[in-house]
Amino acid sequence: MTANILDATGITKRFDGFAALTSVDFALLKGERVGLIGPNGSGKSTFVNCITGILAPDEGSITFDANDITKTPAWLRARRGLARTYQIPRPFRGMTIQENIEVPLRFAVGHKSARVISEAAQVILDEVGLGEKADLSPKGLTQVELRKLELGRALAARPKVLIADEVMAGLSESEVDEILALLNRLNAEGISILLIEHIMRAVMLFSQRIVVIVAGCKIADGLPDDVMQQEEVERAYLGE
Amino acid sequence: MAATVLLGPYVSEYYYLATYTILQFIVLGTAWNILGGYGGYVNFGTAGFFAIGCYTTIVLNKIFPMPLFFEMLAAAVTAGLVGLGTGYLTLRLRGVFFSIATLALAIVLQTLVVNWSFVGGARGVYVIRPPISGVLMAFFGFFVPNGISYVQFLVVLMVALTMFAVLAAWAVEKSWIGIGLAAIRDDESAAETSGVPSLRLKLIATTMSGAIMGMAGAPFPYYVTYVDPATAFGLAIAVNSIAMPLVGGTATWWGPVVGAILLGSAQQILTVTISSAANLFIVGVLLVVFLTAAPRGVVGIVRSWKRGRK
Repeated sequence: MTANILDATGITKRFDGFAALTSVDFALLKGERVGLIGPNGSGKSTFVNCITGILAPDEGSITFDANDITKTPAWLRARRGLARTYQIPRPFRGMTIQENIEVPLRFAVGHKSARVISEAAQVILDEVGLGEKADLSPKGLTQVELRKLELGRALAARPKVLIADEVMAGLSESEVDEILALLNRLNAEGISILLIEHIMRAVMLFSQRIVVIVAGCKIADGLPDDVMQQEEVERAYLGE
Repeated sequence: MAATVLLGPYVSEYYYLATYTILQFIVLGTAWNILGGYGGYVNFGTAGFFAIGCYTTIVLNKIFPMPLFFEMLAAAVTAGLVGLGTGYLTLRLRGVFFSIATLALAIVLQTLVVNWSFVGGARGVYVIRPPISGVLMAFFGFFVPNGISYVQFLVVLMVALTMFAVLAAWAVEKSWIGIGLAAIRDDESAAETSGVPSLRLKLIATTMSGAIMGMAGAPFPYYVTYVDPATAFGLAIAVNSIAMPLVGGTATWWGPVVGAILLGSAQQILTVTISSAANLFIVGVLLVVFLTAAPRGVVGIVRSWKRGRK
């Protein structure tokens, strides 16, 4: 038995001959906080899509919580505790904010009673700071609030692993701190977190380990300070 | 039902025929809405499923005559299975690609029927109405001394089918299936990542939707007594069963009912007063008006009016 909650080996994904990911290995320990960085278009979101089952990798295997999930459909991965947020928020626009949260409570967690679901949704909305807006439509939300809704919906699935795909992009410094505090709190509750982010201050503050993907290949994996000093990483980020 | 039977001797048969047509469209619109309205998957092939129902009756009537009720069950099973099969083949396609596949399904089925001489091929086929069973006759005889005509019987049957279809749609809407379909309609990937088994839910919806459409088609041969592929696969059927939920409102079970009553009666009135060619014309006009002025249909208008009063 390993302590890895998530284990991806040799993940390769091609789009019409273009190699978006080339044999990427990645492991996440139970309770770990890892940052995933890389320039735009380097394959970070493709990687997340392969892990969560939105895309099927051409090669490689994924193990989650000691089960092979390489062929498992996305909804079943979510049920087993693999949750994500989307880089561009994708709320259910026809529903209220509370109903948005109730979808994973009903389908991923498997609650049946409407009362239990409603109460659990309230708790989550309070946690992400949207308690006051429960009955509103997501159409009226600001960018920050939409990202909080994304996080809330991911949390509602009671995940073991949370993949946060650029939840802080475009946020102010204090808003970034707010989200970081929330992520740290979740991590303290035992959720392993993979943070994909461009805001380096947040990544450095948050991560116990950093993984760097450039042009579909993993080029670094280690302690934040060590990784940031690697020549290849510097070159990828700052140019020659 | 009681009203239909009691009014029997006093009203011209035309009203029964008109009522039958409107009821048939409530059933078709409601069935379409289970997949199209709740799940957001637009099915252009309603006529295909309707025709499966028609031809199930025709085939059974030829080889093994049985009470209409059982023919309707057989039609539900056949059309439901075709719905399930189509779902399996096409539901990995999203949006407009799925719609085109359903359109293709209707065309393929029509081609099969046109070339199948056992059911009349392109010429069509005459159907002889079976007698109403003695038990049913005795039942209706309890209300009306002279019993009822076959058309009246069909209307009663259609009222029952309408209630069944609307009840089924209501049950889907209020259950986990409806909530899951609503999530799929809003964003299918996000629904999947929230644990919604989208393929399974869509298959449930296509099967139910297809089965109910088939049931709506099963009594049709006895209603018209002559069926040809052009009628059974008619454009009017496909267009009406999309237009009626859109005009009424797709989010709730009563939207298609309101839409079908509205459009169905308008069509009947225009057919009688102006011309039968105005039939689809009025559907087109109303559809354009509603899509631009009230995209959420009558349901949307009522809802915003309620909100305004609060």
